[in-house]
Order: sequence, then C-alpha cells, then structure tokens
Amino acid sequence: MSEYLVDIQNLRLSFFTPAGEVKALNDVSIQMKQGDVLGIVGESGSGKSVTAYSLMGLVPEPGRILSGSIIFNGHRIHEMSEKELRQIRGNEISIIFQDPMTSLNPVFTIGNQIEEVILLHTDKNRKEARERAEELLSLVGINEPKKRLRQYPHELSGGMRQRVMIAIALACEPKLLIADEPTTALDVTIQAQILELMNELKEKIGMSIIMITHDLGVVASMCEKIAVMYAGKIVEYGTAEEIFYNPQHEYTKGLLLSIPKLTATEHEKLIPIEGTPVDMLMPPQGCPFAPRCQNTMKICLKEMPPYTDINEDHYSACWLLQKQAYMTMKDGVAR
Amino acid sequence: MTTLLEVKNLKKYFPAASNTLFNKRFLKAVDDVSFSIKKGETLGLVGESGCGKTTTGKTVIRLYEPTAGQIIYDGKDITKVNMLPYRRKMQIVFQDPYASLDPRMTVGDIVGEAIDIHNLAPSNAERKEKIITLLEHVGLNSEHANRFPHEFSGGQRQRIGIARALAVDPEFIVCDEPVSALDVSIQAQIINMFEELQEEMGLTYLFIAHDLSVVKHISNRIGVMYLGKLVELADSYELTFHSLHPYTKSLVSAIPVPDPKESRERQRIVLEGDVPSPLDPPSGCRFRTRCRYATKICAEEEPEFKEVRSGHFVACHHCCE
Repeated sequence: MSEYLVDIQNLRLSFFTPAGEVKALNDVSIQMKQGDVLGIVGESGSGKSVTAYSLMGLVPEPGRILSGSIIFNGHRIHEMSEKELRQIRGNEISIIFQDPMTSLNPVFTIGNQIEEVILLHTDKNRKEARERAEELLSLVGINEPKKRLRQYPHELSGGMRQRVMIAIALACEPKLLIADEPTTALDVTIQAQILELMNELKEKIGMSIIMITHDLGVVASMCEKIAVMYAGKIVEYGTAEEIFYNPQHEYTKGLLLSIPKLTATEHEKLIPIEGTPVDMLMPPQGCPFAPRCQNTMKICLKEMPPYTDINEDHYSACWLLQKQAYMTMKDGVAR
Repeated sequence: MTTLLEVKNLKKYFPAASNTLFNKRFLKAVDDVSFSIKKGETLGLVGESGCGKTTTGKTVIRLYEPTAGQIIYDGKDITKVNMLPYRRKMQIVFQDPYASLDPRMTVGDIVGEAIDIHNLAPSNAERKEKIITLLEHVGLNSEHANRFPHEFSGGQRQRIGIARALAVDPEFIVCDEPVSALDVSIQAQIINMFEELQEEMGLTYLFIAHDLSVVKHISNRIGVMYLGKLVELADSYELTFHSLHPYTKSLVSAIPVPDPKESRERQRIVLEGDVPSPLDPPSGCRFRTRCRYATKICAEEEPEFKEVRSGHFVACHHCCE
C-alpha cells in the first residue's frame, strides 16, 4: 500500500459534449497524506471540482476518464463499479457542497437524512442511529439537537443547513472530507463560524480535507498545501507559505496582485490579469495561460511547459522557470 | 465638495404575507436610513444578505418607490417627481451579468436603447457611432455590437452592463454588487475600470457589495447596514481600522485575509447565531441578539445614529464608553 491517502496520477478526463471535446483535466497528479489539508484554487471551469469529484468516482455524463489512476486509501477508484463505490462514499470519503439550500432533501427531516448515512454504512439500529445523529448535531454546534432532528431543511437558516451537511458528511468519520466551496453561498460572519468549525473538527477527528474555493483568503486561513489550477491543469503546487510569499507561476502571481487587501493601509491600484478565461472547447496550443501572460515567449505558444521543482514541496509548470534553470545550468558549465 | 445626493430617513417596507386576515405585516427592508454622497465621491454600502443594501440602492434611484423619507438629488427633492429626466443622470449596474441583459437583443441594441429613449442621437449613423464609442470605452470593440449576450463571458457582460449605464452620460451610478458574480482574476479588471471611469468622467458612485475588501478598496466612505438600519458610517480607513460598532468589528475580523501568517495572527470575533428575521426584528438595537456587550438599555431603546468623531457616525449605546 502506498504511503499516500490520496494518490491521483496523470489523470486525464474529458467531457464529450455536442459542441466538442472539453478537456476538463489535463494530466493532473495529486498526492495527499493522512491529515493533510489541501486547498484547490482556480477560476470557474478550471477543473477544481471535477478533480475532487473524480476522487469519489463521481464523473457526470458525458465525462470519461481517458487515462491515469485514482487511488484513495488503497482503493483503485477508477476501476471500481458503482456498487463498490457506494461502500466508500459517505463512509471513508464524503463531500459537502456549495449550496446547502439545494443539497438537502426538502421532504425528509434533518434526522432522517443523517440517520440514512449511519444505517447504510454501520450496523447500528434505528435507535442507536438517532442517538448518533443527535451527537453529530451537537458536534457541529447546533443547539437543541433533539428538536432540530424533527425539523425540515426549510426551517433552518443557510448557516444551519451547512452545519447539517457537515454533520451528514462526518457521520461515519471519513478519512477524507471534500469541501466544494462550502462557504461561498454564506455571509461573512456565518462563513467565519463554518471555517472555525471545520478547523476544530479537523483537530478532533484527524481527517484530511480538500478545500475547493476561489477565495484566496479562505485557503490562506485553512490550508497547509495549495494547488493552483488553470484550464484543467495544476499550474503550481506548494505549501501555503510558498504559494503566498514565493509564487512562481505567472498566473499565481497575477492572482495575488489582483485581489484587494483589507489590511492595506494605502490605496494601491489593483493589477488585473488581462484577457478572458480560456474557452475550454478551444484551448490554446501550448501553455493555456500564455494568451493572458505578460511574459509570453515563443515556446509558450507551442508546447505545454513541464513541471519545474522549486523545492521539495513546491513545483510549477512554466517555461520561464525552465529557462531560468537552463540559464543557471549553462552558467555553471561555462565556469 | 458639494453634496450630490442626500437621503433623509428613507424607509422601504414590503407587504408580507400576514398571519391573520386583518393584521397586515410589513418587511422593513430599509428602516430610517440617512446619508449623503458628495459629488465625485464613492460611498460603499456593506452588509450581509437581507440587510437592505440593495433595496437602499434601488430605492435611491426610485426603482422602488420609497415608503417614507426624502431623496434629494442635486438640491432637488426627487421623492415624488417624474423620474424620466433624472434617469439621464442616475444609472445602475446590476449584480448578475447573466440575468440583467436581454438575451434576445444585440449588444448594440442593449446599449442603444437608452440613447433612443432619451433621443440622444439625431441620426442612425450617429447612434451607431455613439454605441461603438461606448463599447470601446469599456474595453470592447465595434464588432461586438452585432453579437448577443450569450456569446460573452461574465466579465465582458458586466462591461456591456456598464456601457449601457454610461450611454446617457450619467453623473451618478448605483453599482449593485457589480463584481460578486465574476472570477477573481476578472474582478480586478472591472474594479479598475470603475475607478478609471470615475476619474475620467467625474462620476459619483454608490457601491454596494458584501465583500468588505472590495468596498474598502474602491470607496472613500463606507456605510455598514444590519437588518435595514445603517449602524456605522465613516471614512473607509477609519472604518476598517478603527471601527466602533461591535457588528462592524466582527465583520472586519471575520474576513479571511489572503496571507497565511497574518491570518494565523488575526484575532477573530466569531458572532454567535444567525441574523434574526427582518419580519420580526428584535426590539431596541437590532444587533443586540448577537452582541456580546448588550445590556438592558439595548433591548429597550433604539440607539441613535450620531456623529461621535468628525465624519464618523455610529448607532450603538455602548461603543463610546
């Protein structure tokens, strides 16, 4: 068995839409150890959700995995049948979605929905399941859990619903929790509550988390490792410190410069990334970021850049880094 | 600087489904809000969903009719007048660039509609020329005029929305969450464009957003709303660094900063509970149910919105002790 909890290797995934093939994931590799908190950032359509969903074997039609492997906790996800996957989902790996309004079933009580998971994956009986559900609700900070169990989703506020979603996700103490924009639909003060809750639970249960978001503030406060995605490719990967203080890819640099900072004491003009996001139906040849990059070279337009290791825990796919590496090497030889 | 817009005791109530036949209930979306905006200034409005910031923005330009209060624009009371002449001066850019453009109109017609209504172009050729100038002004080009909204990305659609607002050469624009639906890398483009247009054309903005970082970046002054009330109003630096109201303090501290070290060191004030229903707001100070400084007086008396430092208004019984 590998030392990694999550081991995605060279995953290629495409959606075959009527308009043509959309290469949603283009050679994506991710490794995570038990207890890691990984943030995946990127704009809409960059493939961050698809990466995480594929880990659960959730590849919606008309998507297909073309090559690569997905290994989670020793399971070869990409080779498993739907029936086998169902044993894992909600048990060893679970997910919370962006929109707590639509991801709960409106016609069942909160209690029903939490118990369902427990009854399905453990040999607890109905009574024990109810007790466990109550315990879970107090774990996620919901007052009067007994009363709440009998309520329907519409009776709860957005923040409460997201807490219920987390309770459902944690019901079987999963090894990995995928959080897909868990706070995007919530207000700032509620977002702070949920983030704090997730941090606490991580400590308590010791699970790994994959946090998918476009909010750099959220990753900075939650994640140890960060993967920056652009057009279906991880363009940079590193620790939070490396990504924020020593960004190497032009897209990461641009992203950091383009967000207004609350703590800035002077008015600094934002430096936007020019151009528009990639049309995934017609991605450019070469580096997908090249059309928006300030320092495009000829080779960027022709060939996809390989990964350059910056240090042990930090790599990035950019031709500029290759050039630098080449220059220093050449200098070394000349001397 | 002269005052361009003054809002006095503005109220906007929406009728709500009543629980009994004769007892009519109202949702007090905006309840007694007063502020003024100077010419060339940007006033930011922040608050959580349902706090009434968008309603305030729409009522100010009378897309909603105010229930009570006064709106004074450029020295004239516009609370009850025919708005047509004022629509040339006051415009709005909406939040959702996908829903606010008619999918069956070409971009040229969307931008040109206002030109037609106000008869700003005597001939067809002039109309066309005007549309092209406007599109170029917002970073699009003449070729885009014959296309339909669905052919554009979110950022480009927001540019179309801005071109439409600029078509009548306005003085004042309500920007209702104009960047929240956009990707981070595109947000900066639009924010910068708002700033450039302001410098160039001397525009005045009422900038509404829930993202305090964005609002602070673009605004001269910021007003914070909670459950239909303005709870604090101050210069944007004063408000982010020396806020007085406990709600503003928690709002500022709750924002995740994009800096790992700083975010580890930051003291977060996490508010308990949820925003109460605006149909049944708490008595006295509306924030008291979530406030940790709340005492008896907060439940009994509504705090007055008063100036405690020069230009710094706040509504709280305890913040100045």
